[in-house]
Parts: sequence; C-alpha cells; structure tokens
Amino acid sequence: MSAAGAVLIVAVLLIVLALVYYLVATIVQLRRIAAGLDGVIAAVGEIVEKSAPVNDVVNAINEQLDAGVGVLEGLLVKKAGLSEAVGLVDSVYPGAAAAGLRSFPESTEVDAPRIGEVYTRGTLTLARLGREAPIAAASPAGEVLRNVEGGSLAARKLYPSVRHTSPENLPTSPVIGTDAPVRYEQRDDVGAPRKRLPVRGS
Amino acid sequence: MTLLWIGNAVLIFVILPVVIYLLRGVLGAATRIVPTVREIGTVAAAGSSDLDAAMLLVTTQDQVERTVAGVANYGGSLDVILDDAEER
Repeated sequence: MSAAGAVLIVAVLLIVLALVYYLVATIVQLRRIAAGLDGVIAAVGEIVEKSAPVNDVVNAINEQLDAGVGVLEGLLVKKAGLSEAVGLVDSVYPGAAAAGLRSFPESTEVDAPRIGEVYTRGTLTLARLGREAPIAAASPAGEVLRNVEGGSLAARKLYPSVRHTSPENLPTSPVIGTDAPVRYEQRDDVGAPRKRLPVRGS
Repeated sequence: MTLLWIGNAVLIFVILPVVIYLLRGVLGAATRIVPTVREIGTVAAAGSSDLDAAMLLVTTQDQVERTVAGVANYGGSLDVILDDAEER
C-alpha cells in the first residue's frame, strides 16, 4: 500500500469517526428532547381536558347575566323613564351614559341628567328602589328626580331631626313662668293660716 | 499519485472541517433545545394545576342562574308595585 492510500484511509476514518461522535451526541440530545416533549404533551393534554367545558360554561354565564341586565334595564326605563334611567346608571358608573343601555340603542343620544351631583349617595340608593321609595312618596306631586329641592327635603326627612323641626307638628316643650300661656289658679288655702281643729272635750 | 495526494489534502483540510462544523452546529442546536423543552414542561404543568379551579365554574354558573332568577322575580314584583313613568 502506498503512503497516499494510507493517508486516504486515515482521512476517511477520521471523517467517519467525527460523523459517529457528533451523530451519536445529537441522537442523545434528541432523545432528551423527545422525553421532555412527552411531559409537555401530557401537561397540555390536561390543560385541554380541564379547559374544555370552560367556554360553554362562561358563555352560559354571560347569557344569564345579559338576560339579567336586560331585565333590570327594562324595569328601570319603564319605571324611571329613559332619561332618568341613563342618569342613574351614569351616576353609579361614571361614563356609562356614553355606552347607553343595551336594550335601548336610543339611550346613547339621551342627554343624561347629572343626578350624581344633585343627590347624595343615600338618596341615590333610595332612588334606585324606584319612584315609590320614601323620597318619592314624600313628594307625590311628581318629578322628584328632577326637583332638586323636593328631593333634598325628602332626603332630609329620612333622618331624625335633633331640633325637632321636622315634622312640624311635633309638640313643643311646655313654657313655664309668669308668661306661660297655660297657668293654674293659685289655691286659696296656700299660705293661709292653718285651720284650727276643734278642741276635744275631756 | 499527485492527484491522490491532492485529494487527500482536500479531504483532510476542507471536507473534514466542514463536516465537523456542520455536525457541531446540529449538536449545539439540539443541546440548546433541551432546557427550553424542560422549561415548557414545567410551565405547562403549572398551567394545568392552575386550571384545577376551572370546574368551580359549574358552581358559579348554577349560582348565577339562581341569582338572575331571583332578580327577575324581584323585578317582576317591583313592576307590579311601582308605577310606570308614563303614568305619572
């Protein structure tokens, strides 16, 4: 064998050795990757299995909540009117008037009254109960939600008055002294000499 | 004979380095994938455990149905009790 042939054999042998070394190392790494991916697939399978009913359940919950919102909006508009309803919703959720009510597309065009600036929180809470709430019952003349003074008076009457100014028919404290409107006549025997009892006979 | 020596030189100084370079690249890429796959497996397992509470949504759905039914009944009663805005 010539020297050139021997060198050729050695060169081919080196290439084969390099191929074997790196390919075996690559195979080992690919086996590790396959084992890791098996774990990933198992975990992802659990995720898919656990999240499968979520979509239907969430959709059902959203449908139920949409129905509830529709019922409440319809009731509010029916009882309070569209303008006041939008004003009330906007007072509770600032900025909601721009979005309007879901079941009433025309509500986006309503100029909502600034109810939150007129009524206190307690009054608004009562107003949410409807127009027959105490604030409305106190002013049956009408337009309680639009009447600032009427609404304020009704709200003040809900709380006890320390000075007894409301209601106005409460009895006042009695007046005593010489200027009292009601005076009792002085008894004649008051201050007079004591009566002498008859002397018994012994 | 000269051509054989030239072929040997090309084989040793050109082909062998190129083969080693390419194989090292493949091995390096495979090596770098392994920790990434392990991290993905850890995150997927954690995500799976986080979804254990998803079954509680069934209870939430039942509660929402009851709540909406109660609200609807309450609204119906209010509808009867209160006057409409148009009637005022």
